Amino acid sequence: MSEKEVKSCLLCGVGGQGTVLASRIIAAAAMAKGLRAKTAETIGMAQRGGSVVSHVRIGEAIASPTIPLGTADVMIGFEPGEAAANIKYLKEDGVLIVSSKQVKPVTASLGQSAYDGEECLAWLKENVGRCIVIDPDEIMEACGSPKVLNVAMTGALAQTGAMDLGIEDMEEALKIRMKPKLLEMNKKALQMGAQRAAER
Amino acid sequence: MKELLMGNEAVALGALAAGVQVVSGYPGTPSSETLETIAKRNPGNVYVEWSVNEKAGAEVAAGAAYAGARSLVTMKQMGLNVASDPVMCVNYIGVKGGMVIYVCDDPGPISSQTEQDTRSFARYAHIPCFDCDSPEQAFQAVQDAFAFSEEKGTPVILRSTTRVCHACADIDVPEIKAPEPPDGFVKDPQWVIFPKLAYEAKLRVAGREEELSGEFSEYKGNTIEGNGPIGIACGGISYAFVKEAIRGHEEDFTVLKIATPYPFPKELARQFLLGVEKVLCFEELDPYIEDALIYEYGNLSLEIDNFIEGKRTGTVCLGGELSAAEVGSVIEDVTGIETSIPYQEPADTPALPVRPPVLCAGCPHRGAFYAVKKAVGKKPAIFSGDIGCYTLGNAAPLDMVDTCLCMGAGITLAQGLDHAINGLGNEGGAEEPTTAFAFVGDSTFFASGITGTVNAVYNQSDMILCVLDNSTTAMTGHQPHPGMGVTMMGERVEPVDIEKLLEGIGVKSIRTVDPQNLAQSVGAVESAMEEKGVRAIIFKSPCIALIKPDEPKRVDAETCIGCMQCINEIGCPGLITKNAKATIDTSLCTGCGLCTQICPVNAIG
Repeated sequence: MSEKEVKSCLLCGVGGQGTVLASRIIAAAAMAKGLRAKTAETIGMAQRGGSVVSHVRIGEAIASPTIPLGTADVMIGFEPGEAAANIKYLKEDGVLIVSSKQVKPVTASLGQSAYDGEECLAWLKENVGRCIVIDPDEIMEACGSPKVLNVAMTGALAQTGAMDLGIEDMEEALKIRMKPKLLEMNKKALQMGAQRAAER
Repeated sequence: MKELLMGNEAVALGALAAGVQVVSGYPGTPSSETLETIAKRNPGNVYVEWSVNEKAGAEVAAGAAYAGARSLVTMKQMGLNVASDPVMCVNYIGVKGGMVIYVCDDPGPISSQTEQDTRSFARYAHIPCFDCDSPEQAFQAVQDAFAFSEEKGTPVILRSTTRVCHACADIDVPEIKAPEPPDGFVKDPQWVIFPKLAYEAKLRVAGREEELSGEFSEYKGNTIEGNGPIGIACGGISYAFVKEAIRGHEEDFTVLKIATPYPFPKELARQFLLGVEKVLCFEELDPYIEDALIYEYGNLSLEIDNFIEGKRTGTVCLGGELSAAEVGSVIEDVTGIETSIPYQEPADTPALPVRPPVLCAGCPHRGAFYAVKKAVGKKPAIFSGDIGCYTLGNAAPLDMVDTCLCMGAGITLAQGLDHAINGLGNEGGAEEPTTAFAFVGDSTFFASGITGTVNAVYNQSDMILCVLDNSTTAMTGHQPHPGMGVTMMGERVEPVDIEKLLEGIGVKSIRTVDPQNLAQSVGAVESAMEEKGVRAIIFKSPCIALIKPDEPKRVDAETCIGCMQCINEIGCPGLITKNAKATIDTSLCTGCGLCTQICPVNAIG
């Protein structure tokens, strides 16, 4: 990376899905590689099942921890509707990695609002140049836990090369951030995410 | 070693690097991680406590500073209101050890009731104030604040905002050494505030402004960058937004960054004003820097049309957060320089999810609210809520929060409502009286609810106090409080018993129930409603984030009649509709069983 270059990744989802940990893993991977990193997170009331957004930026020249609209190199959407809601952050030729599974908000269950995850996913596939879809059920079945989805997403991110970080950088970060007994399961998730990205 | 540190963690480690010895505070977003980090990284002899509220915390910190210790008290901006009594006074008295009051403002606001600006409070209180614009700068600022506080014998406010508090940056952290013991307290009339002493102190704290302002003009954190014709004045996180917005066009601008809002570095500001053709002010919350510049502009007798633009001229929005995009678009509108980063608002997006925060699946507060709702039925009642997770009881379908004001206010608002509606407004008792309910969490009860309860008992109020006791301070990240029996020093201590406390205050009718047991809870509310005076119901069940969940419940699709009563009555996020029947999201369900008690055909088990 050149001195003036900045790489940005926006993560969005629903409180409790592990966006904060994913953003820390990406930042740790960058730092392990000797790059500078900044993040900004939603913490507080919104974490109670509300919409959450994390920003990760890598490079020497970062001023703001939050990503200016229209400049994210890559976006990780943990939920299709949340990805669609934040798509304005993604730059024109940016990459989207998105979970196919909708999380239905209470407002929709109560009939106060209309929301269809399938429809949002179709719209994203139609409107985003490179859209990598991750099926969380498939990851869960293979790895044995729903909690590794975030790591699988970072695996897909590494595969795209959009943040100048590779699988080995992410593995390094996992070693720093994860308890040893969870490491193998997470490495597997990382590989699976990368594989899905390679297929698209 | 380089560590990825959140702004609040950077302040904590900076304080430890500065040799802080006593740390107190009360949790509140976005400030809470500071004190937690100090407890976690305690080199051994730093005293750390979660105080019962911010007033107590500020007084503990002041006492320690009287004895020569370096002390830190942390709070959010709302907490500064609670602490303002000791904070205003200790500034008159002064300190011996350095005392830093770390206050986190919440532009937006994201998790607060107001958008107040601590810089304006500092000016009002005549307390020197340092501002934070990034985690790395905050790490240095807290150390500078301690040194300044001790040198001048004055408490100092260190202010930050959400986007600095909760941003992370890679920071080189030095080895933290255990601090030396403080000198001790020396008895002297200087520590006792009296009107005569207060008058002299007023002259001192207001009179030192010129001198401190001069020193701050030399402070390395206050900077002028560039020498372009367009001046931009900013401070805090808006500095980062400005840098981002003018990237590639730096030669057109001169940027003034204010890192010490009070006393305002006038000399530096004048130098800035005289070097530019126009000034744009970017800051969140109050137009603080803008006003200070307008004042200096007047002092300089400059007469330039439309010289200073910002919130006062309607150029920058009066409320909410700023962003690089917003700053860029204002610069473009005013100067014609194309700085804003182009982005397209996507067209024709499908219906997006509407996702306000909700009570978690399995949250015991849901059961408490629902039990009161069932027991009240169609009888007249008012529900006064309070500050915490349970404010979320306002959302449909529970709709159980009619008022919410500030910490502890639900208890006292209920009394005022009762007096006005059932006393004055219902003379002769012609109408059926309205039952006044107040809901308060355990931590909020300790922080600000006890005095209100004493008020209710002594002044013969008629109300039902519902204490939602989930054995933690949940909303801010599960900090311990006096009811839990564990301190931030890791000691196991005798917890303060809410039931005994209420008894001691003189509440005659007290019931403790399990909010996950619907029949028991409804019964308790019904019996309390038949009584008069101050009645208390303690709904006791731990926060689901702290306990291992039970097996998730399942809906038997054969039995389910699709009436959706479970979803429509309690709005649990673990319940969703599928093929016109209710189903359970097993990744969210904690097996609390509230819905099983509601299903009319026993389909959930």
